[in-house]
Amino acid sequence: MSMEIAIPQPVERENYLNKEYGVWSWLLTTDHKRIALLYLASITFFFFIGGFFALLIRLELLTPAGDLVQADTYNKLFTMHGMVMVFFFLIPSIPAVLGNFLVPMMIGAKDLAFPRINLLSWYLYIIGGVMMLHCMLTGGVDTGWTFYAPFSTNYTNTKIVEAGLAIFVAGFSSILTGLNFVVTIHRMRAPGLTWSRLPLFIWAHYATSIIQLLGTPVIAVTIVLVAAERALHLGIFDPRLGGDPLLFQHLFWFYSHPAVYIMILPSMGVVTEIIACFSRKRIFGYSFVAFSSIAIAVFGFLVWAHHMFVAGMSVYAALVFSLLSYAVAVPSAIKVFNWTATLYKGSIHYDAPMLYAFGFLGLFTMGGLTGLFLAALGINVHVTDTYFIVAHFHYIMVGGAVMGYLGGMHFWWPKISGRLYPEGWARLAALIVFIGFNLTFFPQFILGYMGMPRRYYDYSHMPEFQVLNVLSTAGATVLGVGYLLPMVYFLWSMRYGKPASDNPWNAAGLEWKTASPPPTFNFDEEPVVTWEAYNYEELDAPRKEEVPVAR
Amino acid sequence: MSDHSKSSPLPTYFAVFIALLAGTGLTVFAATLDLGAFNAPVALAIATVKATLVALFFMHVWHASERLTKLVVISALFFLLLLLGLTMTDYATRLWS
Amino acid sequence: MPDSTVVGLNHEEQDRPELLHHFSTAEQQRDASSLGMWVFLATEIMFFGGLFCAYLIYRRWYFGDFAAASKSISMPLGATNTAVLICSSLTVVLAVWAAQTARRTLLLVSLALTMLLGLTFLGIKGIEYKQKFDEHHVPGASFSFDHEEIPGHPGQYANQSHAEIFFALYFVMTGLHALHMIIGLGIFLWLFYMAWRGRFTPEYNTPIEIGGLYWHFVDIVWIYLFPLLYLIDRH
Repeated sequence: MSMEIAIPQPVERENYLNKEYGVWSWLLTTDHKRIALLYLASITFFFFIGGFFALLIRLELLTPAGDLVQADTYNKLFTMHGMVMVFFFLIPSIPAVLGNFLVPMMIGAKDLAFPRINLLSWYLYIIGGVMMLHCMLTGGVDTGWTFYAPFSTNYTNTKIVEAGLAIFVAGFSSILTGLNFVVTIHRMRAPGLTWSRLPLFIWAHYATSIIQLLGTPVIAVTIVLVAAERALHLGIFDPRLGGDPLLFQHLFWFYSHPAVYIMILPSMGVVTEIIACFSRKRIFGYSFVAFSSIAIAVFGFLVWAHHMFVAGMSVYAALVFSLLSYAVAVPSAIKVFNWTATLYKGSIHYDAPMLYAFGFLGLFTMGGLTGLFLAALGINVHVTDTYFIVAHFHYIMVGGAVMGYLGGMHFWWPKISGRLYPEGWARLAALIVFIGFNLTFFPQFILGYMGMPRRYYDYSHMPEFQVLNVLSTAGATVLGVGYLLPMVYFLWSMRYGKPASDNPWNAAGLEWKTASPPPTFNFDEEPVVTWEAYNYEELDAPRKEEVPVAR
Repeated sequence: MSDHSKSSPLPTYFAVFIALLAGTGLTVFAATLDLGAFNAPVALAIATVKATLVALFFMHVWHASERLTKLVVISALFFLLLLLGLTMTDYATRLWS
Repeated sequence: MPDSTVVGLNHEEQDRPELLHHFSTAEQQRDASSLGMWVFLATEIMFFGGLFCAYLIYRRWYFGDFAAASKSISMPLGATNTAVLICSSLTVVLAVWAAQTARRTLLLVSLALTMLLGLTFLGIKGIEYKQKFDEHHVPGASFSFDHEEIPGHPGQYANQSHAEIFFALYFVMTGLHALHMIIGLGIFLWLFYMAWRGRFTPEYNTPIEIGGLYWHFVDIVWIYLFPLLYLIDRH
């Protein structure tokens, strides 16, 4: 080494980020925290891709005529937007990023039960993602993300098998993540951490994992059947050969309805943690919130045919599914009531995570209530395949799930990166996201109710819809800005943000009892838990040292 | 985890083995009889008995497993029956109207 | 529940190289592996479940055509295969017992027999598939199921498209099952290798146990496939 004057650097504690450097230390890691960051980078990438397709869709819809892209291209745009956003962004998002990072920490464990399977999960996700990218770049798929038969099996000449395989592979990533979480939560809780002391984030991820485990295999085998049908010209779903197209829909929605609960339950878990912390109160009705997560997971499997009311199914079965669809709203409503009751007489702090949580509360409630409208057969017939449906699910997926994801990223960013993000910018971004979101999607409720069909690239026979469409596109631009801001300042904070203490929010939870960023094995000593969850009274009680002692 | 029982499990294993082979023979025999609408239920019932024997004794669910294992198995079967049963509510009632 | 509160490498880890570092005790590791395999089998139940759902619906709709198609697959071969798998389940359970009671020879013999029986199963399956191929019963361009009588209805012939659905489901279901069998053979080959190297003791034989669970599951799937596919209407 040459003679240099070494500039004294503050000694950085060893943590999971600086323990090892180099590409292979990341690509071959089994540390759940590093894997979480691998996922963070990948899902953000796919979020951009899905967002790009959304941008093109909204640009096309600025004018009634189909003048930006051709009809077939438009079909591909909304299909790829849906497939990428559902399978490669929303389903992994919170579980694979925040769940992977936090589940072991919240239960006082050193890692997940199967760290190598965790890494395999990520690689399966990447392989599926690369296959999907290749599929998109070489022509894509035009069937809608729901790839209904017999169009997908018989008539379209787009790359169904490749897209299907991509989703199949990514599905196994999801299954393995769920398996890891279930076994971890059962077997690796710290001493003293009983089920009733678990953070509700853990309950939410446990419920999510149940759905991932039991639902995903069904769509996997459905994809196998679709691929076989396409390749061999079978008649499993082809009515001309004795098949039933509705069978495809039954098998598809048996997974895809519970899938929406995979997308929202983790977000609910995040919101629960945030609301408790920023009202400085324990969650009202802990057991109700915990069991409602399980109830949502179970009930979610009972309602799938509400996506098929107008498809030709039996009206008697439709009645059954309609009734069950009302029932599934109850556990979600229970959560909303409990969150509200937690806020009541709480000491509210309006930090950015809390702003996202408030946004979630309002927007998820709207999305959920419109779901009840849709459970009613009469209304369903009127608004099926219109923008009302599009607005409904975007309120839950974007207004709910994505807001929860952003809130969680902000809340745990100090723990993950060891840095504080700039609070002012974060609050501004939250506001922009909220405004942009409502401007994008509220007009779509009106459009749908007035009769604008979804998946149409040209609405020139209904030019009166243009005003609302322009509003929606404008909103989408604002929303895009709102999403870009956090990406910028999170990256900025990694170098220039203020270093974070172990517990900048003075929050409850085992993850806050270790350094930010945490050491590779999470805790210096295995914790022993003797307290209930959300012990904010103790956390906020004035410390003895602060009381001046007369000497 | 399996307890190292004082008595050997071998007699049980061989008994279950014989039962499984007998069940197979019985299934084949029953298929050659005309039981009308009961052919399918009988075949499925015998298959279920066989599967249960394998699960309980070969997979050690009876003696050596905790409640959680049984819960996992029962949950999986429950959701399978949901898939089959609720789908059948459509197919069984489509022609009613 | 883990009771160790010691940091990093604990005493057990020093005596037990197979204890992975993120577990506190060997018991925790074993319980985690076991639960993991059971949960995985639950996912497999749902995986095959989708196919059973499709099968049940079409069997109800096209009973006669399915019965005719079912009659054309070899019941003796199917029954033999059922017996073969049952024997292999016995050898698996003997292997687990052998590992638990430190009987190395029996362990190796049982594992080897299991693999042999598995290969036998696949061989018989191959013969069946060849039969179907020769009879043009493989779905696709060259499929033909012409002039086959519906059992119990002389003079009535099976609808070819409906029969093709039967064969499509037959090949997908048995094919998927055979794929799981092949994976199982791979697992048992690896277990045999580990057993040969002396890695299993009465204290540590979890891989054999959970490999066994997988194998028994594959057996159970076949226990249902056999009557459903081969015995629709044989009287």
